[in-house]
Parts: sequence; C-alpha cells; structure tokens
Amino acid sequence: MLNYLWGAMILTGMLWGLVNNNLEAVTQGLLDSAAEAVTLSLTMAGVLSFWSGILEVGNQAGLIEWLSGRMSPVLTFLFPQLGKDHPARRPIAVNIIANMLGLGMAATPAGLEAMKLLQKGRDPGSDPNSASDAMCTFLIINISSLQLVPVSMIAYRSQYGSADPAAILGFALIATGCSTLTAVVFCKLMEFGKAVAGK
Amino acid sequence: MIQWVSRMLVPLTVSYIVGFGILSKRPVFDDFLAGAKEGIRTVAGILPTLIGLMTAVGVLRVSGFLDALGSALEVPAMWLHLPAPLIPLTLVRLISNSAATGLMLDIFSRYGPDSFLGMAASVMMSSTETVFYCISIYFGSVHITKTRYVLPGALLSTAAGIAASIYLVFFTN
Repeated sequence: MLNYLWGAMILTGMLWGLVNNNLEAVTQGLLDSAAEAVTLSLTMAGVLSFWSGILEVGNQAGLIEWLSGRMSPVLTFLFPQLGKDHPARRPIAVNIIANMLGLGMAATPAGLEAMKLLQKGRDPGSDPNSASDAMCTFLIINISSLQLVPVSMIAYRSQYGSADPAAILGFALIATGCSTLTAVVFCKLMEFGKAVAGK
Repeated sequence: MIQWVSRMLVPLTVSYIVGFGILSKRPVFDDFLAGAKEGIRTVAGILPTLIGLMTAVGVLRVSGFLDALGSALEVPAMWLHLPAPLIPLTLVRLISNSAATGLMLDIFSRYGPDSFLGMAASVMMSSTETVFYCISIYFGSVHITKTRYVLPGALLSTAAGIAASIYLVFFTN
C-alpha cells in the first residue's frame, strides 16, 4: 500500500514541479525535508526513549497483567459471546491495555493472538472466512483508537515550536472517548439487530 | 478542566508507573534503561521511513501540488465542514500512519502547531487509527475475507473522532 502511495507522491510532486516550471525549488525542498527529518528524529529520540523506558518499568512490574485482570467486567459486556474462560479473553485484555498505554509493540502480537484464538474457538458450523461477531467488535474497538497519552505527538509538537505541546492531551482524551463510545454503540446495535432478526 | 487534564496526564502516568514499579520491588532504573535502549532502536528504525515520507511530502508542497489540491478540495471541504488542508490528512490517515505524520508535520511548519489547523490535526491524529492497515493485518492473519460490518463501524468511529477533534478545538479556541 505504502509503496504505491509513496511512489505516487514522489512522481506527482516531480511532474507537478515540471509543469509549473519550479523544479529547482523542488530539488531544494527535497534536500531541506531530508535534513528536517533527521533533526526531528533527534528530538524524538529523547522523548520516545524516555517513554519506552517508563513503559518498560510498568511492563516488568506486571502492570499490563494487573490491569488486564481488572478488565473482566468490561470484557463480559463487550463480548457476551465469549464464556468466562474463553482463551481469547486474556490476549484481548492485554491488547486493549497495551493500546491504551501506547505500547504498540505489545499490542499487536496480543491482538493477533486474540484473532487466532477467536478463529479457533468459533462456532463449528459458521463460515471460517467470515468474521464472527466477537472479531468484529474486537477489531472495531481496536481501530477506534484507545491510546490515552499520545507521546510522540507531544514530541512532534515541541519540535515544531509549540508553546504548550501537551495542550492537546485533554482534547485527545475526549476525542478518543467519543470514537470509542461510537464504536461500542455501533457494535451493540449490530448485535441487537442480529438478535431481533433471529427471532 | 481540559487544560488541567492536559497538564496532569504525563506527570500522573509517569508517577503511577514508577510508583507501581517500586511497590512491586523492581529495579526500576535498570528496567527504565532497558526500555529506553529499545526506544532509541525504535527511533533509529523509523528514521528511514521519516526521511522517505517527509521528502515526498516536501516535494508535493514545494511543487505547489498541495496548494492546488487544497483549492480543488474547497467545495467538498465546505460541504463536510472540514478545513480544506485537513482533507488530504484525513484520507491518508486511513491508509498509512507514517505518511499521515508527514502531512501533519507539513501543516505544523506551515500554520504552526498551536494554530487551529495545527491543534485540530494533532488531536485528530491522536484519536484515530490506520483503518485499512489494521483491518488487513488482523483479518489477513486468520484468512478472513468477509469483513461484515467492520469497515462501516471502523469508519463511523473514525468519523466521530475527527468530528470531535475539530469541534473541541474550534469551540475552545
């Protein structure tokens, strides 16, 4: 996907520069942007490393496990199809918690494992190529964005001279809440619709 | 209230996690160092991506393409109540996180991160996900081809996140 997108971006820019006869500026812009990327990642290195360090402290202390344990009532509400001891419940909880903390590296493997277990434990009679209700809910909630503290955003903003880089955190929290709430309501409505149609 | 949350979130999270580590009797500084090392590796890992995409966005901007795209999008933008410079960002956001970051940084350098557009772009990027990428890796991993209501649900929640971002920033500025 990115291969086509990137190729198209470069070629469109070059072609557009040629048509508008400002290829010199395009060359300069190319060199400037490349240098800008390096400066940016130097700033990012500080903030992101600090944050990964902090998250590793939490990770080693068993924070993810501990928080996942408290997720049980939420999981029962979100995934009524999965029994109390369904094996997919654990990786789902870990995925949600890791996403909330912004631990993408821990979230994705747990998410993939959850998908695998949901696929394995599904109704034997159902079409194996079609997403189950639990898979739909899991993925929609996952995509609704759960991250509580968008740390790299603070780094980007401070690099570009923001007077108050953290000022967006409160807004981001509310906006993330809105998108996740929408996702939950949507999934519940779809389940409800299916239950009504089944009767 | 929102500002208070913004100010408190980082200190609270950091103290909570470090406190949790100390109470669990962990060597917190050693753990921190291990994580920070990993962080440096992550940043070094994304540097090539950043260079590739920032130059691509830079070329698009300097050539005048982004401006032309912006004016071409004025009408649909008005219709959607979205500021025109945010439309390319919204569309790319659905496909690629890093390409969207490149576009967002371009908005930062043109309008400033504290401008309405800069704030709206920051909040929007923080409250949405790469919809198509996530669907393809998660469903691809278990060979699901019939995605049922996942795409409409994901797009609806993304739209809610974007709308909330723009209205929140708009009404508090």
